[in-house]
Amino acid sequence: MHPIRKQRLQIILLVLLFATLAAGLIIYVLGQNANFFYTPSQIKNDEYRKGSTLRVGGMVVEDSIKRFDETLAVEFTLTDGNAFIAVVFDGILPDLFAENEAAIATGVIKDSGELIASQVLAKHDENYTPPELIETMDYLKSTNYKNK
Amino acid sequence: MIAEIGQISLILALCTCVLMLITPILYTQFQNGIWLRLSRPLAVNHLLLILTSFICLTVCFLIDDFSVRYVAQNSNTLLPLVYKVSAVWGAHEGSLLLWMLVLGGWTAGVAFLGSKISAKFRSHMLSVLAIISLGFLLFLIFTSNPFERILPIAPEEGGDLNPLLQDFGLIIHPPLLYMGYVGLAVPFAFAIAVLISGTMEKEYIAWCRPWINIAWAFLTAGITLGSWWAYYELGWGGWWFWDPVENASLMPWLIATALMHSSSVTEKKGTIVTWTILLSIAAFSLSLLGTFLVRSGVLTSVHAFATDPERGVFLLVMLALFVGGSLFLFAFKGHKLASNQNANGWTRELLLVINNMLLVSMTIIVLIGTLYPLVSDILNLGKISVGPPYFDFFFVPTTVALAIFMGMSASSRWSTSNLSESMKRVILPLVICLISSIFVVFAIEAFSRNYSFSWSALITFIAVLWIFLTLIEDIHLKLRTKMVGVIKNKSFLGMTVAHCGLAILILGVGLSSAYSTQEDLRMKPGSSTYISGYRFNFRELNEIEGPNYSASQGVFDIYVGDNLRGSVAPEKRRYFSGRDVMTEAGIRTNLLKDIYISLGEPINNNEWSVRLYVKPMVRFIWIGGFLIAVGGIIASFNRRKS
Repeated sequence: MHPIRKQRLQIILLVLLFATLAAGLIIYVLGQNANFFYTPSQIKNDEYRKGSTLRVGGMVVEDSIKRFDETLAVEFTLTDGNAFIAVVFDGILPDLFAENEAAIATGVIKDSGELIASQVLAKHDENYTPPELIETMDYLKSTNYKNK
Repeated sequence: MIAEIGQISLILALCTCVLMLITPILYTQFQNGIWLRLSRPLAVNHLLLILTSFICLTVCFLIDDFSVRYVAQNSNTLLPLVYKVSAVWGAHEGSLLLWMLVLGGWTAGVAFLGSKISAKFRSHMLSVLAIISLGFLLFLIFTSNPFERILPIAPEEGGDLNPLLQDFGLIIHPPLLYMGYVGLAVPFAFAIAVLISGTMEKEYIAWCRPWINIAWAFLTAGITLGSWWAYYELGWGGWWFWDPVENASLMPWLIATALMHSSSVTEKKGTIVTWTILLSIAAFSLSLLGTFLVRSGVLTSVHAFATDPERGVFLLVMLALFVGGSLFLFAFKGHKLASNQNANGWTRELLLVINNMLLVSMTIIVLIGTLYPLVSDILNLGKISVGPPYFDFFFVPTTVALAIFMGMSASSRWSTSNLSESMKRVILPLVICLISSIFVVFAIEAFSRNYSFSWSALITFIAVLWIFLTLIEDIHLKLRTKMVGVIKNKSFLGMTVAHCGLAILILGVGLSSAYSTQEDLRMKPGSSTYISGYRFNFRELNEIEGPNYSASQGVFDIYVGDNLRGSVAPEKRRYFSGRDVMTEAGIRTNLLKDIYISLGEPINNNEWSVRLYVKPMVRFIWIGGFLIAVGGIIASFNRRKS
């Protein structure tokens, strides 16, 4: 082979090798840090990745918010109209967090079925519902859902 | 009436665009120079018409004309005057009008500051800018008309400007950012004109470089300001969230940074021409991608206002046409620009190519992290979000690598220099930087009870000192070898300021994340808590009234030992119109340390949840960002030998 061509081939192989390694690394790290979104029904039916950090969204059930003494910890229930999930969060709740409003909790599900949340998101402002929850909230509205 | 004048101006601007677009074609057809000379007055006309339209919208806000839907949605009679003006660009339609105004300004700039380029080349550039303008004017008029009326009955009172946006930051953040975003249209138009002509003159790239620098400097300033605004206005003490909207601005910034460096190689050595052209196309394409992400409603955040599929489709088609069209042209004409020279040895050219590779890698990482959730959702693979750890994982090592090569490039030459000579020059800075970094980190641990040893602080110190010391070594060598002329050169000065800015930014990011203390807890008036050597006393809780809100205000006294060091008063605001609630942080700052307190929510009758932060060095982040922008401006005033 012509030396210049040989050199070019080496460069191309090196670039390919490096690109493959980089792509592999990106896919791996992305997989580790991608948090999937689930509805309470999916959690109930075990349709989720166990052990990994995930996000669950729904409506905060009326009268479900309970505070612990002394700490900031708070417990509440999310629903999509068909299933419920209990969420425990030790931190400051967002400004527009309220009963009968949409919220998304990020965290890990324990064996007991509770979600231990590291972050809770609520509506952004009065006009905005998190995009993942628009369907759920519309469904709850359409069925005129009220917690009993 | 005023709204109609604004509307008609927009339509006339559209007609002007069409004329500007076809002048080069008419010139080729009739070979009459009058067509080339026409492009200048057309560019001015275009700017004036958009300006008229913009002023009309502003007047509608000032006179509370709620028959205009956009005004009714984003303003009310109680809104303070200054926010009525800034509300013009506070939501989708008006911010696009601002986008257009800025594009009009840059276009007029190209028309009149283009003495070094030929009239034909200029008319090609203006033609490209006119296509961009045409696309956005059509988008504005047909899907996002700010002058649409609510007929027949106009509301008595308007809605409200999002309270998050009722702030000084919003007044200047969008204009600065848009100056940068849209300014990248100039190198884009330049690249297309070069591809059409098939050659790149050295004077041309020299002419283009200040445009790149200035657009980049504005983008830098806009992003820095956005980060600062998020820090004090969102109320929770973060300064960068890897939010898709932030990423949308970071991607063009990274590519524009690569472009600044590659264009210097192209000017000095006449090499990597095709690469520079490709980066020019990529920078503006990412700008357009950012506009699509933010404006189409695929993302929801402070920046996205309403979901409207029509807008998204329009923008996506426009994005595809611009990016596809320019890459198509590049594929066919790009090879003509290729130079045969190859870089040999350890030159500055090689180091700048490495810098480009790193910056492009960073862009690809951000691009994947930002688009992956969208793609996954579209393909029904699940709704996901990509968390900050993904970005941090890649950005820490790439930034450190950038810092290392930045130091190396200071000790390299444009002409061939060998590796061992460069290595000799960096040994002293390297040794000093390693020893003093280790010393400083252990000294911090030994002399302060509040900070323990931190690897990230050590790496930060090494990277930052390395950048500073190699810069000093370079300046010292230039002084000794009587190359004082180079130091006085604005280009060198600008580079030095920007590189120092980056070092200060890294210092701020690294040390604030290594040494910050955060605590969320319950407090009631009268109670105290100790954090990081300070005693915080929640003195009292007041109810106060603002012009268009009422608020609960907590007053906190900060003590060191028994000495009162100051007080802060965070607020929880409730706005009258709508049900918006806002957290106003109380911040006490000096250059080296921020104390940051925000009120969470009332837990019971007298207790509140409270977030307390002690953040050392966080100010350095924005000081650094500001210096980077200043460096870009200084470098653009460099006088070149003609």
